[in-house]
Amino acid sequence: MTLKLPIYMDNHATTQADPRVVETMLPYFTQVFGNAASRSHSFGWSADEAVATAREQVATLIGASKAKEIVFTSGATESNNLAIKGVAHFYRDKGNHIITTKIEHKAVLDTCKRLEVEGFEVTYLGVDKLGRIDPEDVRRAITDKTILVSVMLANNEVGTIQPIKEIGAITRERGVLLHSDAVQGVGKTPFDVEEMNVDLASLTAHKLYGPKGVGALYVRRSRPRVRIATEMDGGGHEFGMRSGTLNVPGIVGFGKACELLTAEWRAEAERFRGQRNHLLDLLTSALDEVHMNGSFEHRLPNNLNLSFGFVEGESMLMAINDVAVSSGSACTSASLEPSYVLHAMGVTDDAAHSSIRFGLGRFTTDEEIEYVAKLVIEKVRKLRDMSPLWEMHKEGIDLTTVQWTAH
Amino acid sequence: MAYSEKVIDHYENPRNVGTLDKEDANVGTGLVGAPACGDVMRLQIRVNDNGIIEDAKFKTFGCGSAIASSSLATEWIKGKSIDEAATIKNTQIVEELNLPPVKIHCSVLAEDAIKSAIADFRAKQAARLALEQA
Repeated sequence: MTLKLPIYMDNHATTQADPRVVETMLPYFTQVFGNAASRSHSFGWSADEAVATAREQVATLIGASKAKEIVFTSGATESNNLAIKGVAHFYRDKGNHIITTKIEHKAVLDTCKRLEVEGFEVTYLGVDKLGRIDPEDVRRAITDKTILVSVMLANNEVGTIQPIKEIGAITRERGVLLHSDAVQGVGKTPFDVEEMNVDLASLTAHKLYGPKGVGALYVRRSRPRVRIATEMDGGGHEFGMRSGTLNVPGIVGFGKACELLTAEWRAEAERFRGQRNHLLDLLTSALDEVHMNGSFEHRLPNNLNLSFGFVEGESMLMAINDVAVSSGSACTSASLEPSYVLHAMGVTDDAAHSSIRFGLGRFTTDEEIEYVAKLVIEKVRKLRDMSPLWEMHKEGIDLTTVQWTAH
Repeated sequence: MAYSEKVIDHYENPRNVGTLDKEDANVGTGLVGAPACGDVMRLQIRVNDNGIIEDAKFKTFGCGSAIASSSLATEWIKGKSIDEAATIKNTQIVEELNLPPVKIHCSVLAEDAIKSAIADFRAKQAARLALEQA
């Protein structure tokens, strides 16, 4: 098998749509193109049936007991906004306190910040050095004003899987709603809204080998029945929770992507684990001063986040420019601040600047793993030969004792 | 982010990577930046008796633009007198490498590295002179 460049290893950012998904979607552009809300003709009925099938497929993947607990949206950013603002605005008479974590996606953090401006109080829980939330911290943070806890299933940078089941037991006991941004974890680690007592969950198709521009919010219908204030006013689609004409081809593709994962995810996760661990072995056996960010045990099987000491992340990305990966280095972000996730884990800024995230996917081949390992090893050596820090480290100088001129 | 061709050229074929003996009286060493900021440059010059920079070497921990800025700096200062080298401005580096606004600090650091190496050399010379006169 010949290797094709460039190689895509950034599957936490997005994934290639599975050809089986695309094939399923195609008729819904030109043949079954009706508006799913049209009740008076077969074009509408056919589209509505396709959406109903997709709703079942999404519900099945996450263990929802009823298909109508799935509300289709434009993606996870909208789902996170709808879940958190929707709950906050509906239950504001009951309380004004929300608990979340410092390592959530910006769609959660910035939504919470907006609610703070409106007068809500938000507790941002810290994580341990492996990026894990302590469920007891959640218990301690709950007050009689708490209406919602929002904790992601798995982190997008370091792949740390959170103890959602343990947190769900606490929130259920205390009568507080639990939302989980499940975008990165679903289809790679067990996720079951019933077993874990999750009341709201955000999903998006494009991280699951489906199309971009379609997502879902799971909203529990019973024990307890969750209510949300709508954010989008209009025709009352999606059980009155999210107005707007349904993206039928996208929803069909999302459904198909979920159906494939329900059947295949366990085998796929095992393959990821084998490839990921092999990549790790190749890199750490050839290179010194390689540090893993996050937990190895509680980690998405397709994630590897490493700091290559004394090598700056963006220069690594440039060195391996026919391999698509990402870095927590400030230089790769518009803000010029290194990763807030790594910072919350207590990773030093130096190490954050040296971090590289590898995200394996359905189409990652064993040949690609070998190629990437070889290339990374070669380039780390080249950049270390160019690094004054590596030279000082080799001379035995403790870099933390040097007087640096911050700029 | 897309890089200019000149940045890529310097990054892929960096000029004058290496180390000069920092104990040598004719060598000036500048070490600027901080690991926590993601940029550290070390620039060294060897100056002959006529005050001409005979050799220049660098090592940089930083992004491609930081590496290119320091590579270009060594290329420009070689063969110049230390007084001439001290007049190099970061804006000239920005212009030559087509650095975008977010990378201007890389050029500032390169200018600082040149000035810092020259200052180190001058301090060494002054110390030697003082020793000779004493």
